[in-house]
Amino acid sequence: MSLLGKDVLGLEQMSREQISLIIEEAKKMKLIIKQPVKKTNQLRGKVVVNLFYEPSTRTRSSFELAGKYLGADVINITTSTSSVVKGETLRDTARTVQQLGTDILVMRHGASGAPYFLAQHLTCSVINAGDGMHEHPTQGLLDLYTMLDKLGTLEGKKCVILGDIAHSRVARSNIYAMKKFGAEVTLCGPKTLMPIEAKAWGVKVTHDTDAALENADVINVLRLQLERQKVGLFPSVREYHSFWGLDSRRLLLAKPNALVMHPGPMNRGVEISTSVADSTQSTIEEQVTNGVAVRMALLFLLAGGENHE
Amino acid sequence: MNKILLKGGRVIDPALNMDCIADVLIENGKIAEIALKIEDQSAELIDCRGKVIAPGFIDAHVHLREPGLEYKEDIESGAKAAVAGGFTAVCCMPNTKPICDNRSLVEFIQRRAEQVGAAKVYPLASITKGEKGEELTEMGELKACGAVGVSDDGKPVINGEVMRNALEYSSMFNLPVASHLEDPYLSEGRVMHHGAVSTRLGLKGIPSAAEEIMAYRDLQLAKLVNGKIHLCHLSTANSVRLLQQAQQEGIQATGEVTIHHLILTDEIVEQRNYDTNTKINPPLRSETDRKALVQGVRNGVISAIVTDHAPHHLDDKRMEFDYAAFGISGLETAVALVLDRLVGRGELTLHEAIRALSQGPASIYALPSRTLAKGAVANITILDLEEERIVDPKSFRSKGKNTPYAGWTLKGWPICTLVEGQVRYRREEQI
Repeated sequence: MSLLGKDVLGLEQMSREQISLIIEEAKKMKLIIKQPVKKTNQLRGKVVVNLFYEPSTRTRSSFELAGKYLGADVINITTSTSSVVKGETLRDTARTVQQLGTDILVMRHGASGAPYFLAQHLTCSVINAGDGMHEHPTQGLLDLYTMLDKLGTLEGKKCVILGDIAHSRVARSNIYAMKKFGAEVTLCGPKTLMPIEAKAWGVKVTHDTDAALENADVINVLRLQLERQKVGLFPSVREYHSFWGLDSRRLLLAKPNALVMHPGPMNRGVEISTSVADSTQSTIEEQVTNGVAVRMALLFLLAGGENHE
Repeated sequence: MNKILLKGGRVIDPALNMDCIADVLIENGKIAEIALKIEDQSAELIDCRGKVIAPGFIDAHVHLREPGLEYKEDIESGAKAAVAGGFTAVCCMPNTKPICDNRSLVEFIQRRAEQVGAAKVYPLASITKGEKGEELTEMGELKACGAVGVSDDGKPVINGEVMRNALEYSSMFNLPVASHLEDPYLSEGRVMHHGAVSTRLGLKGIPSAAEEIMAYRDLQLAKLVNGKIHLCHLSTANSVRLLQQAQQEGIQATGEVTIHHLILTDEIVEQRNYDTNTKINPPLRSETDRKALVQGVRNGVISAIVTDHAPHHLDDKRMEFDYAAFGISGLETAVALVLDRLVGRGELTLHEAIRALSQGPASIYALPSRTLAKGAVANITILDLEEERIVDPKSFRSKGKNTPYAGWTLKGWPICTLVEGQVRYRREEQI
């Protein structure tokens, strides 16, 4: 059993020590990514399966390359090509995948809690690659890694999460990571996209973007799911952008070198303007690289790798 | 004819305000005598020393699934589960396949229950044909052939005009309308209580207002037409308050609460890591709601504790929380939960609990009175308040093993159930 336990299901239950261990390991992994030959044999003979019940480009390819850089065999199963379309249950699909010889199962699923269900029914490790509106722990870890890398510490830093908090697993994992590392967290978005009793997380909650951004050290902008408009949660993209979009005027309200983060993929001109997305304060592309490093670290640690000091 | 003598038990009858050690003689299906000491050599003897003799329990809200969904439960397994759980009678909801909306199905259910010979089964018929919320069922005939009430349980009657007509028409036959309170636009696609826990778990929440809006509507409609409304499975503090106000105004309104809503809150969904056996509709709510519901039972605003027995097959529950079926198989744990978690912890007195399990539900649907008075039909539940047992779903007579209580140690169990003077369940025989 690794220092992380059998599974990585969410950051809420993870200790600061465990998270620090992953970040330290990720720093070493990032050196491998920067090498001309990006290959080690630390996971040779291990099998990683990506089981994705929702479309994903970056998370899935990030896990795939993370496994391959470490020498593991990696395969991808997506719903359109699996027996899921024939009506197989999640449990049956997952147990079949396990019997193929899987060591680590990486799953994305539209239903919150689905990885917890799997973890109870499988003996192999399960990594949550995003479950419904619940958690996206590897996104939270890569965001944390990026923030710590740029700022050195999060103690006392003002971190703003901007956008659709209610439906966002990225927001939840970020809140847990930021809080555990001492940040002051502010959630900002329209009330209709703010979950009930969000203050129970020990965060500030507002729908006034200008006020939220004042003196911010970090602005993490969430992707707006455009279909939320159709069900009446906000009246128009135009109004959303004017009240909650991050543009260059608003960016000036934050600290001069505040980090601008986004988990991708972006809706330019909706939740974030192009000038901000492409500015020097943007960490958006670096987040992608850090994502591979963090996932390499997780795969390595879950497969029983020692912290090779 | 057969005679049974219950010796030395503590006889409790809230209706008569009786609580004393006495012998009870049953003859020809009726209570022939209650006295300090009765000797009768010709009677079958049941030693009740140290036990409680209570008026027969009724579960006013169960799903027996037959016809159509026998893989989940049938009338035989459900009625046997009922007597094993201490219930002499159950009221079954009409949302079977097909919907129980006509005379032949109402008669079929009663006939099957008589053949089985376990608990008495009182069917409810649907309010609208096919539970479609449009045309009323033939309520006069349904009442005449044995339906004790009407309900579209499982679904709300969305159209207020239809509900108004149902309340008005049914009132001619003194047939209560049992309402499943849910504004479907506020609950669709949602799976647990809307609150801090649903926020943390990322599950879509059903707000309390989804129930309360409909509770208010139906109470006002009952007032408008002088109908008889029964509010099913109440789950919020505000619903209890609305019911109490209506009763004070003289509206003919009753209410029920499930044992689950009296002892659990939404916290358990998180504690159990999305265990689908904690998924019920209406959802488990907050501690404030739970306390108000208990208080509602104490002061009699809520007249019945029910199970909303919702047996499901493993295949309907062993999946993602979002997709799993709603409901708990409740018949074989409810009485023990009431005794251990409510009476044992001082939230209800034994008298209050017995009232809410016997005369309370009987009064909702005008069923034979639950009393131990001389001459009454001998529907009796015998309890052992000292027995401790661990809940083991594998031992359920119900086909539904879906319970969040597996492994719980509970003190106080039903040990013998008499239906119309006949022993239909006895614990000792089962060992």
